[in-house]
Formats: sequence, C-alpha cells, structure tokens
Amino acid sequence: MTDAEASMQAMGIGEPTQRRNRAIDRFMRHRLAVLGIAMIIALALLSFVGPRLLPFNDLYIDIRYRFAPPFESVHLLGTDPLGRDHLARLMMAGRISMSIGFSAMLIATCLGTVIGAVAGYYGGYLGAALMRLVDAMLCFPSIFLLLAVAAFINPGVASITLIIALTSWMEVARVVEGQMKSLRERDFAVAAELMGGSDLYIIFRELLPNAVGPIVVAATLNVANAILMESYISFLGYGIQPPTPSWGNMLNNAQQYLASAPWLAIFPGLAITLAVTSFNFIGDGLRDALDPRLDN
Amino acid sequence: MASASASTTAPTLRVENISVGFRRGGTLIPTVHDVSFFVRPGETLALVGESGSGKSVTNLAMMQLTPPAPRTIVAGRALLTCKDGVARDLIAASREEIRAIRGNEIAMIFQEPMTSLNPVCAIGDQIAEAILLHRKISRRQALRDAAELLNFVGIPDAAKRLSSYPHHLSGGMRQRVMIAMAISCQPRVIVADEPTTALDVTVQAQILDLLKKLQEQTGTAIIFITHNLGVVAEVADRVMVMYGGRLVEEADLARLFERPLMPYTAALLNSVPRMDMAGRRDVVLDAICGSVPDPSHLPSGCAFHPRCNFFVVGRCDVSQPPLDAVDEGRKVRCLRWREILPPA
Repeated sequence: MTDAEASMQAMGIGEPTQRRNRAIDRFMRHRLAVLGIAMIIALALLSFVGPRLLPFNDLYIDIRYRFAPPFESVHLLGTDPLGRDHLARLMMAGRISMSIGFSAMLIATCLGTVIGAVAGYYGGYLGAALMRLVDAMLCFPSIFLLLAVAAFINPGVASITLIIALTSWMEVARVVEGQMKSLRERDFAVAAELMGGSDLYIIFRELLPNAVGPIVVAATLNVANAILMESYISFLGYGIQPPTPSWGNMLNNAQQYLASAPWLAIFPGLAITLAVTSFNFIGDGLRDALDPRLDN
Repeated sequence: MASASASTTAPTLRVENISVGFRRGGTLIPTVHDVSFFVRPGETLALVGESGSGKSVTNLAMMQLTPPAPRTIVAGRALLTCKDGVARDLIAASREEIRAIRGNEIAMIFQEPMTSLNPVCAIGDQIAEAILLHRKISRRQALRDAAELLNFVGIPDAAKRLSSYPHHLSGGMRQRVMIAMAISCQPRVIVADEPTTALDVTVQAQILDLLKKLQEQTGTAIIFITHNLGVVAEVADRVMVMYGGRLVEEADLARLFERPLMPYTAALLNSVPRMDMAGRRDVVLDAICGSVPDPSHLPSGCAFHPRCNFFVVGRCDVSQPPLDAVDEGRKVRCLRWREILPPA
C-alpha cells in the first residue's frame, strides 16, 4: 500500500464506489416503455428470424391461393393478389421499414442535434443563418422535396433512408437550438467555461446532456415519421420497388382490394401502428430514464 | 489573516487600469472606470459595493467572461503570475491561453450553488472533469482526487457522495462541491463572487471557515466579492470599496473599519446594525437614501454626490475627484476627505 492510499484509508475515503445504474431502474418503472421495448424486440425478432421459420418466402407465387383469407389455410395471414404469403411479406417488409425508420432517425437526430447545438450555442450570424436554413427546409412540403430528390436517384434502402433523414432533421435542430440558447446562459455553463472547458466540451459534455429529454422525444417521433414517409414515397412509386415488400407499399397495394380483401391493409397497418406507438412509449420512458432529477 | 510575509511578497495578480464598456444599441455605456488593484499570495481582498457598482463585471472582464467585442470593450491589463513563474496578461490572452489559465491558475466560486452545478451530472464526474481538463491523469485517478477534495471540503462519506447528483445535496453542500471544484487544480487566485449570500447564516460561517482553512493550506489568493460587511470583517485582509464603476476607497481591514475616509464607506458601515443597538428603540439605523446610479446616466462630478451628506454645490458635482493616496496602501476618492475627516 502506498502512502497516498494509506492516508486516504485513514481519512475514510477508500475507493470510489461503483455507481448503480439508476437510469435502468427509472426506465423499468415506466410500464408502457417496457411494453414498447418488448414489442419492438418482438417485431424485430419476427422480422429478422421469422422468415426463416416459414415454408414460403416472400416472393413465392402460389397462384392457387390468390386472395386466401387469413387463419384458413397454410398461409396464416392469407395471401395477396398474386398468391404470395402475406405473413412472409409482412415480416420481410418489417426488416426494411424498421431499419429505414431507425437509421433515418439516427442520421436525422445526429444532424439536427449538431446543427441545433452550433446554432444555439454560438448564436449571432452563424446561428441566424443555420436557423433560416431550418426554416427554409421546413417551408418545403417535405413530400415534394422527397419526390423531387427520389426522382433523380436510384431507389434503394440506403438512398431512401438518406433522403428521409435529410428532410426530417429540422424539428430536432429547432428543439436543440432552443434548449442550447437557454442552457448556455445558466450558471453551470459559465462555470464550465471558467474551469477552462473548450466550446466542444461545454456543448457536448455540459449542455447536451441537459437537453437529452426533448431530443429523445423528437427522435422517437422521427422513427414513426420515417416509417410513414417511407410508405408515402413507396406509394407514389419512388420508394422501395416491388417485388421487395415494405409496410408502406404493401398498404398501398392493398387499397384497391380494401372491400374484398381487407386483411391486406389491416395487417401492415397494424404493424405500422404497433411499431410507431412502441417507439413513442420508449421515447417517454427514455426521457424519464435519462433525467437524473426525477430520481428520488 | 494578514501575516508579515504576505505584505511583502510580490502580488500574484495585478490588475492595472481596467475599464469596461457595454455597447447597447449604438452607444457605449462605460460601466467600470479605470480600476486597479492587486492581490498577494495567501491574501484575501474584499471587493465591496452595492449591486451595480461594477464589482462582478470587473472580475468577469478580467477573465474574458463578458460578451465578446464589439458588444463589450475591455481595456487595461490583468497580470497573473502563473505557476511556472511567468506573468501573463489575462485580458490580452488568446482563446487557447485563457482556456489553459481558467480553472488551472484562476478559479471562481459563484453566488448560487443551486444553479452553478450541472444538474444532470454526478458531482464526482463534474469535479473529475474539471481536473481532467488541466491534468493528464487517468479518469480513475481523477475520481480518487475528487473524493479527496470532497473530503477536504468537509463532505462526509466522500467516496459514496461521488455518485450523488446536485439535487441530492443541500445548498451548503453544493457550495462545498463548488469550492472543491474551484481548488481542484490548486489555482493561484480564487474569485469568490458572493459565495455565502445564498446560504443560511450558520452555513455561511462554515463556508467562510473552509475558505480560510484552504487558504492557510494552499496559499491561494482570494478575491472576495460581497456586499455583506459582516462577512468582510470575517475574511478580508484588505478592502476595496467600489461605487458607480470606480474604486472609491482602499485600505487594510482594520483601518477601514476604524476610520473610513470616503463618506460612502462611512455610510455603508453606519447602515449595518451593531450588537450595541440591540433592543434600543431610540436608535434608528442610518440608511443611505437614493439608489445606485444607472451606469448610462452617471451624475456629474463625484458619482456619489446626490446621496452624500457632505456634498457641496459647485465642487462635488463639477469635477471627478482623483484617487488620492493617503498613506501606504490606503487610497480614497473624495474631494473633501481632508475637511470632513473625523478626529482620530
């Protein structure tokens, strides 16, 4: 034992104790959020493992079973107008829709956070310029922007993700900018500056953790939004191209058979609803979990 | 706390002719006029004045914490003798230089312990971060140092407290954490901006004791900004009184309290209740009538003349009194100080 350690023990200091992760406790207290997580895990498992367990793949056309209703044949959720298994397609579509939703959210949130943080922290001309860019982007009806861009590029999962992200970061940027503006005036921000912290340190280590709640809420709304966006562009023919399924293009293919084969619309709709609400519940839970002030 | 050695050693910080102006609309509003002072190692300099007298602005400007030019204009020099023995001008320092100096060579304790800690970071992490900004050590070692600092500032069960968040702590405890953070890099100078104003009287006394203790152990110079003369009497070696952005009197603690020369200082001292007044209904506490002038509309001549009992028309309201050196270490800014001087 060194002298320093001996003196520290004498003072009753000892080793710093490992902190218990209270964030997880707070999250677990949030029932709906736990339900949301369970639901998303279930959907993800179904989408990524499920197709291997089925005897049909999503592209197999079984012409004898066109428009088979659900729960009546080997095709558990029925079949579509070409006799393809609806469950297999639903699960394959889940892979695409959920990964587009999630990755578009990640990109949009990062982009929005950085732009909002810079604009809010520095303010002045730079901040004004960035926020006018945000306003300009918000003025575009994003669906037209998406279509215009989509018309010029090769539709694919990566490119669709990217253009959805590029048209949906503005809300996050706005939220973050407002938060940063108020946070940087707080005493602890000045204190951090006084301790010799650089701008990057103050923005990312001191201020952004205080804005995590609103960012997470905006991000979860973004997942939902991205899933819906993907459906829009797929509907208009610029999104995920058939025969590859996505929840969006399945829904849209179903609309002409709404009266005769309603299950074609109900199941993808249900999947979208489940995914979107689950992400929103998770957002609520995360907001509480990431705020240590709620811990008592 | 004035010791024989303290009065002879070279100053750690020497502020020369600092002036600060804020630009509002198109006009420049001078807020601090030509203030000079110094503080030696192990010494406590109290900066006294009403709200708006420019005492905080002087210190913020010195550390480049006022809004950047052209919104604020800062002139003058603030020479800080750093740990390596080199004197650096804080006001002329580049962004990188000032960043390396802040926290490491000069630290600050704020008035509001409730808001000056980051509410979403554990206090151990906050102290460790402050250390890691200036020293290349492992995070684990920084956390250990943080525990030691918490122990030094009198927080019981320091190692367990590292993972507490600010809202778990009382005001006094938070101020202790702020002090631990301020002393984490053993700065040469600590600026304490009304560090006890937001605290209970009993906690105030504990915090003042703590500051004394750390000064004895580390030899840090402290600039203590306050308007509480009771606290001044408790901690200061020397006192500087500011009014309307100007230095109006500077003296040793004992001499200032015994025999204030500037009418404003005398009025301030008279407006503090004393123990011998307790229970006496016939004694009315003196108050200074009026309020601190707006920096954009300073009265002509001596800024204090509209509130002064010794004001003479045609003199006090005409020319700005110079800062007279009375004797060693004693300065006063008043045209009439010789005439109105009470008998010794």
